[in-house]
Amino acid sequence: MSSDPREPQGPQEFEEFDLGSHVGEEHLVGAAPTELRHPTLRSELIGYLTGLVLAAALTAASFWALDENVIYGPGIVMALIVFGLAQVGVHLVYFLHLTTSPDNTNNALALAFGVLIVSLIFFGSVWVMFHMNQNMIPTKALLQMRGG
Amino acid sequence: MSAPDTALRAGSDPYHIGHAPAAGVPEYTGHGAGGPSPKRIVVGYGFWIFILSDVILFSCFFATYTVLIHARNGGPGPREIFDLHTTAAETACLLLSSFACGMSSLAVARRNLLWAEISLAITGILGLTFIGLEVHEFVGLAARGDGPTRSAFLTSFFALVGCHGVHVSAGLLWLGTMMAQFPAKGFKATIRHRYLCFSLFWHALDIIWIGIFTVVYLIGMTTP
Repeated sequence: MSSDPREPQGPQEFEEFDLGSHVGEEHLVGAAPTELRHPTLRSELIGYLTGLVLAAALTAASFWALDENVIYGPGIVMALIVFGLAQVGVHLVYFLHLTTSPDNTNNALALAFGVLIVSLIFFGSVWVMFHMNQNMIPTKALLQMRGG
Repeated sequence: MSAPDTALRAGSDPYHIGHAPAAGVPEYTGHGAGGPSPKRIVVGYGFWIFILSDVILFSCFFATYTVLIHARNGGPGPREIFDLHTTAAETACLLLSSFACGMSSLAVARRNLLWAEISLAITGILGLTFIGLEVHEFVGLAARGDGPTRSAFLTSFFALVGCHGVHVSAGLLWLGTMMAQFPAKGFKATIRHRYLCFSLFWHALDIIWIGIFTVVYLIGMTTP
């Protein structure tokens, strides 16, 4: 038996727990990839700059899409939503560093739950209120009924 | 201690209830193999939960704004009151501020006091500029009689954007505290954890602003 726990002992002791960033690398359970724990100043700087450029480009795209000559009118709102969500993704990855690394598993799960609740509140409210407005008697008609 | 034993113990506690650190196994695995997660991870996770609850609070304001956008009581709509040049300037300020905050976290990670203070100062100046632009916009609207009491639409607008502004102001106060605490107390673990929470808060405020400039201003401008 080797005393080094990093040394592979058999196929069942490997686990891919950082899908995405380190696909294809093999890790023993408990062994963190060293380059993730000791990033260089240069690599981190490049990460932030990439995020800044992507976010600025998406912001510019949002303001640009508002011009009715650029995008088919009824599609503008959908384009704005897509650009906005893309920029949220850029911020999460490049500024908040929400990655698929094992340290982030709980953060990502909490975010998924947060997104669920936010969607329920926002789309639920808009949906319910829209239909309620449709089914209400208009105020003018109500006043006429009371007056007459 | 043999390696298969270590792997077995790691596998028997998949939910990180916590057990004694195993010899030779590095920390920061997130799988509990090296004992409970380090304080940095736990603090970040706890503050992340707070930020998500704050985002849920904001989602209520966003829903209110979207529902009430036509409830104007004869008052002005988004096209009459919004100036997209101001919005674009505010967006640029907050995005660059978020980037400067990222630079300060690189400096803090390397215990570089000078660069931490410089980048935090830039973060704060950009944040102050953002607040200045927002206050200018609010004062201008109120002076024209389009304050929050004018219509339900304007109430929801001032509530949502104002709530974000209050968050940014609180963040600026926190930023000033951090700039004072780094020189006074040094890069101690508690101070660095405090700083981690601040940077998460500041980046999250920029994410909320993405929702505001998209939903309130840009989609607002498409609404007749």
